[in-house]
Parts: sequence; structure tokens; C-alpha cells
Amino acid sequence: MAKVTVHTSSTASEELLIATGLEKRFGTTYAVRGIDLRVRAGEVLGFLGPNGAGKSTSMRMITGYLEPTAGAISLCGINLLTHPIEAKRTFGYLPEGAPAYPEMTVEEFLAFVAAARGYVGKEARDRVESVIDRVHLQGMRRKSFETLSKGYKRRTGLAQALMHDPRILILDEPTDGLDPNQKHEVRALITELGRDRAVVLSTHILEEVEAVCTRAIVINQGSVVFDGTPSEMESKAPAHVTKHRMDHVFRMMTTGEGITSNARGGKSGMGGKR
Amino acid sequence: MSVQSPTLGRCGRVYIVFRREFRSYFATPLAAVFLVIFLFLAGLFTFNIGSLYERGQADLRPFFQFVPWLFLLILPAISMRLWAEERRTGTIELLVTLPFALSDLVLGKFFAAWAFAVVAILLTIPFWFTLAWLGDPDHGALCTGYLATILLAGFMLSIGALISAWTKNQVIAFVLSVAVSFIILLLGYPAALDVVRAFAPSGVIESLASTSALTHFDALMRGVVDLRDVLYFVLGMAVFLWLNTAVIDWKKSD
Repeated sequence: MAKVTVHTSSTASEELLIATGLEKRFGTTYAVRGIDLRVRAGEVLGFLGPNGAGKSTSMRMITGYLEPTAGAISLCGINLLTHPIEAKRTFGYLPEGAPAYPEMTVEEFLAFVAAARGYVGKEARDRVESVIDRVHLQGMRRKSFETLSKGYKRRTGLAQALMHDPRILILDEPTDGLDPNQKHEVRALITELGRDRAVVLSTHILEEVEAVCTRAIVINQGSVVFDGTPSEMESKAPAHVTKHRMDHVFRMMTTGEGITSNARGGKSGMGGKR
Repeated sequence: MSVQSPTLGRCGRVYIVFRREFRSYFATPLAAVFLVIFLFLAGLFTFNIGSLYERGQADLRPFFQFVPWLFLLILPAISMRLWAEERRTGTIELLVTLPFALSDLVLGKFFAAWAFAVVAILLTIPFWFTLAWLGDPDHGALCTGYLATILLAGFMLSIGALISAWTKNQVIAFVLSVAVSFIILLLGYPAALDVVRAFAPSGVIESLASTSALTHFDALMRGVVDLRDVLYFVLGMAVFLWLNTAVIDWKKSD
């Protein structure tokens, strides 16, 4: 097998995740058509779009779950398609719905992930302890996963993704189903983690984008329709809109509604940067 | 921040998948219930229905003759959850995106199921002791009988694992595995072949019988280790596991 070089030192501006020309076709329908993503260390990228726009499919390709029909993916400089195992060591991933084995306890599950990440003995135990602390799962460690509330399930999923302290974090709807306090807590954690890491998160909640993301990408029908900062996105809303400006822009971009009262389909006017 | 987690070799990766899967059998009382039922039925058929004592022969022929049919109903219960459950709960996405290759997952899970079956089979070793105490059995033939039983279990589990990869529903996986295993066993069952013999040339019968696991199992059970019979099971498992990897890859997107 070819030697894989890993960048051991980095500056904050290093591009850790590069995906180019990403395409996924299921049969004859395109779920994703031609998405480019570049995420630097220190960036928290919000991945937005209506249900079925291709968010989860894109994340599944970036994490090596689904093979793209076309395109290239590089994680910390490692080509995911030619060196999948090495590339999968560079990121932590919270899949949609935060799945885990129902009959395992939180502790057992995290120990399994630590082992899968190659840790043994004391280091494995230390890592499990440290992620349990980090997401505040102390009280739940001996409970089996199926008995946990939604919030604790999501935290277990986050803990698992943080096991190897990865440079890239990919989180599919990390705050879905959490109560406002838990949302606040998870957002604070993401902001903290995002300082020196590349974070990609998908969400439906636009206020979350304003709260934690340094950049937002909106995809619709498999293509990128906006790529910029959250404030740039907000500024696309017409001046007369004063409330929920992000939601307004989101609707404009993904349905073509509300640009002016009679200009449905005026998508070209706001097609964004790409 | 760590740059990269440690590297695991192929065996290490398969072992980690194996260990989690094997332990999961014992996470619920299911394992104990399963083992008790298996031992009870195996004992019933060997000693009562197979009339081990009355036959006056120090061998385990009744046990070995009965075991493929017991496997038919019991092994699909072990293999049905292997992938179906993983796909239903969505944990397959987690497994695939951890630093494993698909074939690590397929091998680890298969070996876990097989190891559990081997535990069940080895718990029947006291039958052997009973024979040795009562008479003077042919230990060589008993060894090959157990080898055949273990190989047959692996073969049938590899079919069950493949079918489990196909569906999210454990019940469907169970029923289909029973049906497919039944056909594969039946092709080597003399009474079933007699039906076909009425209208098919003997060449067809021969080749049908040689595709059946039962034919190769019987040959090994008689105490003759023919490499071709062993190869049949080993190659069969290899083919089904390879197909298993392909099906997982293909079915990921639903």
C-alpha cells in the first residue's frame, strides 16, 4: 500500500476538507450534482437545505459511507477514495439520528469506538473518560443506549465522534430533538471545538447558523445555491423584511418564493455566488 | 489535538468487530435460551429418538444425522440479526465510517456468529464422553464428525449472513435463510433425490447432489476426510462472504 503522508502541523487557515465536483446519482435521479466544498481549520460550516436537498447524501460521501458517482474528496490531505481507512481516521462523524447499539451501555459503546479507533488499555479508558466529561454523560454511563432520552443519545453520538480528538468534525443535525438548554450547550461545544478544527454541520435551524457558523452553504436540489457568511446570507433579504430574515432568504433560495410578490422563479436573481 | 488515531492492522480490525458482535449475543438472555434449546433438542434426538443406547453401537451417528436439520431452524436465528439489525438502527453508517474496510465488518461479524455456533456444538462434547464411558468409540470418526458439524454451521451461517444483509427485517431474514438452507440440504437428501430421479438422467442427480451441503457433510461424518469435501465448505463460505460484502456495498444507499 502506498505511504500516506499526514500533515502533522498546521496553520489555522489550512484546508482540511476538500471535496470537488461531488456527484451522486441513484439510478437516473441525481441526489447531488456538482458540489464543491472547502473547509479550513477554524471554520464552522453550516450545511443548509430543505429535506431531500442532498445534505445527508453529501455528508455520507464525505465520510466514505457512500461512494460518489463522480468527484474527489480529500481529508487532511488524504484521498478518501484511494485510502479510505487512513482518511476515515482523520474525522469524527455524527450520523443522522445519532445511531448506536441499543443494548450496549454508553460506556461499552464508547469503549467499542475507542477500540475501533485503535486505542488500547489505559489510553482507551482515558479517552472514554475524557469524552464522557466533555459532553457531560457522567450520570448516564451505565445506562443502555435504548433507555436514554433523545438529548443523551445525541450527546453519546457526539462523544463518539470526539473520541480521537479529530481535526475534522462532520455532524449531521447535531441539535435535532434537543431542548433549548441542550441546544445551547451543544452549540457552545461546537463553537469551542471549531476554533482550531474544520467543522461541517447540517441543520434546519437557521438561528443556529447565525449562532455557531462562520460560513453557510445552502443547497437545493443537489446544487449549491449560496456560499458565504451568515451575515451575507441575511443581507440578501429585502429591506422590508424585518423578522426572520434568514428564513426569508432560505425560502427565496430554495423555493423561489418571496423575492417580490409576483416574481416566482426569479431564482437567477439570487443564485448566489455559484 | 491528536493528529491521527493509531493504526490497526487487518486482524486487529476484524477482531474488534468480532468482539463487539460476539459479546452482543450474551447481552440478552437470548444466548442462554438458545443454548439450552439446542442442547435439549440435540440430546433428545441423540438419546431418545435416535435410540443411542438401544443401537448398541458406540458412535454418534444419530446426533450427526440429525444436526443438519436442527441447524436449519437454529442457525438462521443466529444470523438473522447480523446485518438486518445494523441497517434498521442505522449503526451500519457508524461502522462503515469508522476506520474499517467493509470486508473487516463482514469477516468480524461472520466469525462472531460462527464462534457462537461452535460454543453450542462444543457443549455437546459430553455426548462423546458418554460414548467413551459406555464403549469404545472410533475417536477419529467422532473428530471428523465434529469437524463436519462445525464446517456445516459456518457454511449455513454464511448463507444466513448474506440474506441478512439483504433486508432490514429480521423475520424476513430468518424465513428466507431457512428456505434457502432447506433447499441446499434437500438436494443431498436421498428421498428428495428419488423424486427427481423419476424423470432426470443420473448425471443431473449426481451434480445436484454434489452441490448439496448434506452430501459433503455425510462424507466427512463417515470418518473419511476428503479434501474436496472440506474445500466445498471453505469455498462456499468464501463465496457467500464475498457476496455479502458486495450486497452491503450495494444496499448502503437505501
